[in-house]
Amino acid sequence: MANKKDNKEKSPLVLFVAEEKEPLFSKKNRKLLSDPLDDNNPITVQVLGICSALAITVQLKPAIVMAIAVLAVMAFANMIISMIRNLIPNRIRIIVQLVVVAALVILVDQVLKAFAYDVSKELSVFVGLIITNCIVMGRLEAFALGNGVWKSFLDGVGNAAGYGLILVIVAFFRELLGSGKLFGFEVLGHKGATLAESSGLYALGYENNGLMLLSPAALLVVGVLIWIQRARNRKLIEKN
Amino acid sequence: MNRDSNAYTFIFATVMVIVVAASLAIAATSLKPMQNENVRKEKMQNILSTIGVEVEREQAGEEFNKYIKEQISLTADGSIDESVNAFNIDLAKELKKPVEEQRFPLYKAEIEGKQYFIIPLRGAGLWDAIWGYISLEDDINTIKGAVFDHKGETPGLGAEITQSWFEKRFEEEKIFDPESGEFVGVTVMKGYSGGNNKDDNAIDAISGATITGDGVTDMIYNRLQYYMPYLKQQNVKVALNN
Repeated sequence: MANKKDNKEKSPLVLFVAEEKEPLFSKKNRKLLSDPLDDNNPITVQVLGICSALAITVQLKPAIVMAIAVLAVMAFANMIISMIRNLIPNRIRIIVQLVVVAALVILVDQVLKAFAYDVSKELSVFVGLIITNCIVMGRLEAFALGNGVWKSFLDGVGNAAGYGLILVIVAFFRELLGSGKLFGFEVLGHKGATLAESSGLYALGYENNGLMLLSPAALLVVGVLIWIQRARNRKLIEKN
Repeated sequence: MNRDSNAYTFIFATVMVIVVAASLAIAATSLKPMQNENVRKEKMQNILSTIGVEVEREQAGEEFNKYIKEQISLTADGSIDESVNAFNIDLAKELKKPVEEQRFPLYKAEIEGKQYFIIPLRGAGLWDAIWGYISLEDDINTIKGAVFDHKGETPGLGAEITQSWFEKRFEEEKIFDPESGEFVGVTVMKGYSGGNNKDDNAIDAISGATITGDGVTDMIYNRLQYYMPYLKQQNVKVALNN
């Protein structure tokens, strides 16, 4: 499923020379950032990282923290692996990638416990499960092992942003439709015990959709997103 | 050196493990004080929430000092051990000692002239430890509130004991049998049909969480029994008059 055109530039010499002359945000580098947001989105196009997208998108806040955590892990993991890519023994490269990702994830977890304790409790095991997020390992294997540090960094940020973008969109709809809130604020009015005690939409008899609080709702929202994206971006439609 | 040789692979792996372990150890040690502070404040929040005081984490310290008038550590026979700081008692370690050596922390709170006793709980769920706090009104019989937490109960089943709808079921429940006047605790009961009856020493269990529920039952009974000698001294009317 992964797009194979953006890596496999085999000759290190050519790569080195090309990098020297390239401005930091050349068109090609900008594409590394923007591609995963749309054309090559890890969730809606490559359909990776779905598990965490289901679990932590009930509310916006944990979704955003998760997106930032994944961003930090992916950017640094890509950078570190790219830095040592010529030193890694080929036979244990997957293990090396795992160790680097695991170390970064533990760091993120410790930092969250120290500075964002509530969120870290809410995310609980899912921070740890970033290790198993297919997007992270996928990008290390497919990109960081064969590309320069700066490009790998951009690729990591881009893919994490593409993942985070979908997470936030899904969380927005799930929190809004599921509990009538955004970031915990009651944007649709207050739901009282009776109609008379309610305000806003609830006073008109509006009810929250309980389905949106359950994990399958994330699949529904992601499905709708994929539909919208492909309707708009025709080249993503498979021809078979 | 040949990158594919066994020696190189071993050296690389060794160096990598040492570097990673060292950096993680440094990070964990330097962040520890802040993490401990968070845990301490959360404990205060939990204690306060059993008596219906909900506070933000930042204010937990002040509010705790405002409402909690006394923190005492008891021995199993009900006398006070002045040499032990109640707040620092770690129940996980305490439970491993023989009963005579254990110290039992008790918090006395006061809201609008009414006194409450808050008792920390700890026991075993299905997979791992469960713990919580329970507060009694000054009749030593009526539960004011309870909070629970767990380490590894099944999400959606046993883990639901942390939800407020479950914790609310304990409010106003009695821990003494209304007929015999004996201490019985509160039973988390499968197929409970008592509705809103607050005098039957039982609440409705969570479907699919039988063992966690039994753990809660045992935890309440096992911990509270050691406080009875002291609490009965505090208030002679206890349940017998009810």
